[in-house]
Amino acid sequence: MNIYDIIFYLFAAITLVSGFFVVSTKNIVHAGFYLLFTLFGVAGLYVLLGADFIAIVQLLVYVGGILILLLFGVMLTNKITSVDLRSGTSYIIPAVIGVGILWGALTAVLFKTSWRSKAPSGMDPTTSEIGRLLITDYVLVFELLGILLLVALIGAASIARRDKE
Amino acid sequence: MLTEFGKIFVFLLVAIIFVAVSIFIAKLIRPVRPTKEKLKTYECGENPVGTPWIKFNIRFYVVALIFLIFDVEVVLLFPWALSYKEYGFYGFLVGIIFLVILAVGMAYEWRKGDLEWARPKPNIPYLKKIIKNQTGEINQLQSEESKIE
Repeated sequence: MNIYDIIFYLFAAITLVSGFFVVSTKNIVHAGFYLLFTLFGVAGLYVLLGADFIAIVQLLVYVGGILILLLFGVMLTNKITSVDLRSGTSYIIPAVIGVGILWGALTAVLFKTSWRSKAPSGMDPTTSEIGRLLITDYVLVFELLGILLLVALIGAASIARRDKE
Repeated sequence: MLTEFGKIFVFLLVAIIFVAVSIFIAKLIRPVRPTKEKLKTYECGENPVGTPWIKFNIRFYVVALIFLIFDVEVVLLFPWALSYKEYGFYGFLVGIIFLVILAVGMAYEWRKGDLEWARPKPNIPYLKKIIKNQTGEINQLQSEESKIE
C-alpha cells in the first residue's frame, strides 16, 4: 500500500460518504452542500487516473457551476427542510427485479473488465492532446458542441425568462 | 517526486490542517461563558423574524444558467487554445467558428435583455392626463367664447 493507494482510498471515502449523506439527509440544501464533496472527490479520482483536463473541468463546471445552479434551483422550491422523500407508490417486486438486474450487470462488468490496476506512470498533460484531436479528428464534434451550447443557451434563457407582458 | 497535482494536494492538506488546528487551539484556550444574549443570532439586539430559508429571486437562476453555459464554452476553448497554432489558419478558423456560433447566442441574450439585471419597475406617481386635458379644453373653450363675445 503506497502513497498513491492511500490518496485513492481517501478520495474514494470522501466520495462515498458524502454521496451517502446526499441521499440520506432530509434537508435538500444540505444535500446540495454534501454534493460539493462528492463532486470534489470524483475530481480527485480523475486526477489519480491521469486525466488532468477532465479533473479541472469537473472542478470548474460541476463544483463551480452546476452546484450553484442546483442550489439556486433548491432555493426556488417551496419546501426546503424536512422534505418527505417517499413517493406515494411502491412496487417492491418489480423494484427488486430491476435493481437486481442492474446490480448483476454492474458486478459482471466489475469482474470481467481487465482493470489497469497500477498508477499511470507518467502524468503527461492531456489538454493539448485533446485540443489536437478537437481540431483534427473531432472537428465536427467540436462545432456541434458549439451548436449544442447555443441551443442550451437560447432554450434556458427563453424558459427561465420572466414574462415581460 | 511530486507531480503538479501532488503539490496541489499538499496545499489542500496544509489548508485543511491549518484551519482545523487553529480552531482546535482556539477552542482550548478561549473562555466559554455563553449567556442567552450572546447566543442570539444578532448580538446587536435585533430579533430575527421568520425563517432564513427564503425563496431566491429567479433572476439569480437566469444569471447562473447563462454563466454555466459560458463556463463550458471557456473550458472547451482551453484545449483549442493550446494547440491551434500547429494547424495554422485552419486551426484558427475552427475556434473562430465555434466562437461565432456562441456569439449568436450572446447577441440573442443581449438583444432580449437577459444580460440586464431585471429591475423592478418603480411606480412613479404622475398627474392623470385626463384632468389636464379637461382643464386645458375648458380653458380653450372659455377663451374662444370670450373671443366671440
